[in-house]
Amino acid sequence: MPKTNTLKLVVLLTCLIPFVLLVLATFELAGQSLGANPVEKLIHELGIWGLRFLLITLAITPLRKLGGPIWLLKLRRMFGLFSFFYILMHFLSYAILDQSLNWPMILEDILKRPYITLGMLALILLTPLAITSTNGWMRRLGKNWKKLHRLIYPIAILGVWHFFWQVKLDTTEALVYALILMTLLGYRVLTSRRIADYWRRRNH
Amino acid sequence: MKSNQIKPSEITDESVYLKRREFLQLTGAASLGATLTGLPDRATAEIKNLNTIASKYSTSQTPNSWKDITTYNNFYEFGLGKDDPERYASSLITDPWKVTISGECDKPGDYLLEDILAPHQLEDRIYRLRCVEAWSMVVPWVGFSLADLLKRFKPNSKAKYVAFKTLHDPMQMPGQRRRVLRWPYREGLTMSEAMHPLTILAVGLYGKTLPNQNGAPLRLVVPWKYGFKSIKSIIEISFSKKQPRTSWEMSAPREYGFYANVNPEVDHPRWSQARERAIGKGLFTAKQPTLMFNGYSDEVASLYSGLDLRRNY
Repeated sequence: MPKTNTLKLVVLLTCLIPFVLLVLATFELAGQSLGANPVEKLIHELGIWGLRFLLITLAITPLRKLGGPIWLLKLRRMFGLFSFFYILMHFLSYAILDQSLNWPMILEDILKRPYITLGMLALILLTPLAITSTNGWMRRLGKNWKKLHRLIYPIAILGVWHFFWQVKLDTTEALVYALILMTLLGYRVLTSRRIADYWRRRNH
Repeated sequence: MKSNQIKPSEITDESVYLKRREFLQLTGAASLGATLTGLPDRATAEIKNLNTIASKYSTSQTPNSWKDITTYNNFYEFGLGKDDPERYASSLITDPWKVTISGECDKPGDYLLEDILAPHQLEDRIYRLRCVEAWSMVVPWVGFSLADLLKRFKPNSKAKYVAFKTLHDPMQMPGQRRRVLRWPYREGLTMSEAMHPLTILAVGLYGKTLPNQNGAPLRLVVPWKYGFKSIKSIIEISFSKKQPRTSWEMSAPREYGFYANVNPEVDHPRWSQARERAIGKGLFTAKQPTLMFNGYSDEVASLYSGLDLRRNY
């Protein structure tokens, strides 16, 4: 259907805007700049966008259930993949630019710094979800596909926690992300079949 | 008063004049350099040239650009972002400025900034700066020895520590409307740290008066300690018997101690202090190793002999 393809193309290009701006800033083009500490800025921005796309992905189902248009569902996979893309770039910029691919140092960071442990764990769990996001894998995994992709919930918790723990002093921004995540997960808990059954039984 | 009458104080003596000429030549070259590096006009608008001499305590390393030093700041009184101080610090009024001297000394009192500065020859002190957040710069401060100032107030034998306070005025410092730290910002040094020749009060940068975001009009610089010890926009200096409590210590005692000496072997609980990101070296330069006491070991290590630096971080 051409209409869906146009929609997907528009959303795809929109999702790439933060990345394009960061590339421009990296090379100080079009008035963009990463400022005095470009490595820190790049890593931070990529991570934040990864987290945002993760939350957007998680917002699709509630929005749809609350009466949002059906085409939202067609975009969910793309949002999920963009989340993976930005988080992978976040990790690669840390490993290459911040740590200069010094693997013993990176390993020490992952094992010794709790917030890096959490972030790394989130990326490791997110990778199989990105790989199995194709139609082929959905078919092959059948019922298990849905089970596997429920990992997105612990991944999102790890991601927000990772953000929260690296803040030096002011946790306001991290708490806003935590609040959004709690709302998105809370909606799922409250509308789950088990809870609905419980209320039905109590009222009868 | 007759119109042609000249007060003695208005006559410039020749040595000062010659010095000034030499200085103007130097700053002429400096401002050309600034033009080439694309110095923003706004930041220099109210900035005046200062009369300075070189110092043997300066490092020979190349200083960071004016732009890096004045746009990448931690000064929570103006916001938590690194670019907030540059954006919002113009609300700070630095003239007139008064400094209160109190505590264990013979000459306590309120002093105008002019009187604080009057007897001191300003020096260019090019120092390394290491932030506790694992980044570093080289900064060409203009300042004078803190010891020379403190001696003027005749501290008595009970004075074991020196405590400092930043201005507390949320109207001028909008970041103070949020209690991210306990305001006013407080810092402190032991008497021997305060009297050390490397410890200075800075009033300028690159031969010019300090921009507000760098702690105008008067700030501390202690180059062997993490940057947060070098308190900005000081309004009170007091001599005390007891170790003063500092803002970061009150806020997160496990992460920030009273001493806060740069030490690559003692990690911050959440990140390594072994290496640092040198600001201004671009995206593809590896981090550099952090030096004990930020490279000032020869000068200051003796201050801490017998002190467990792992416990007294």
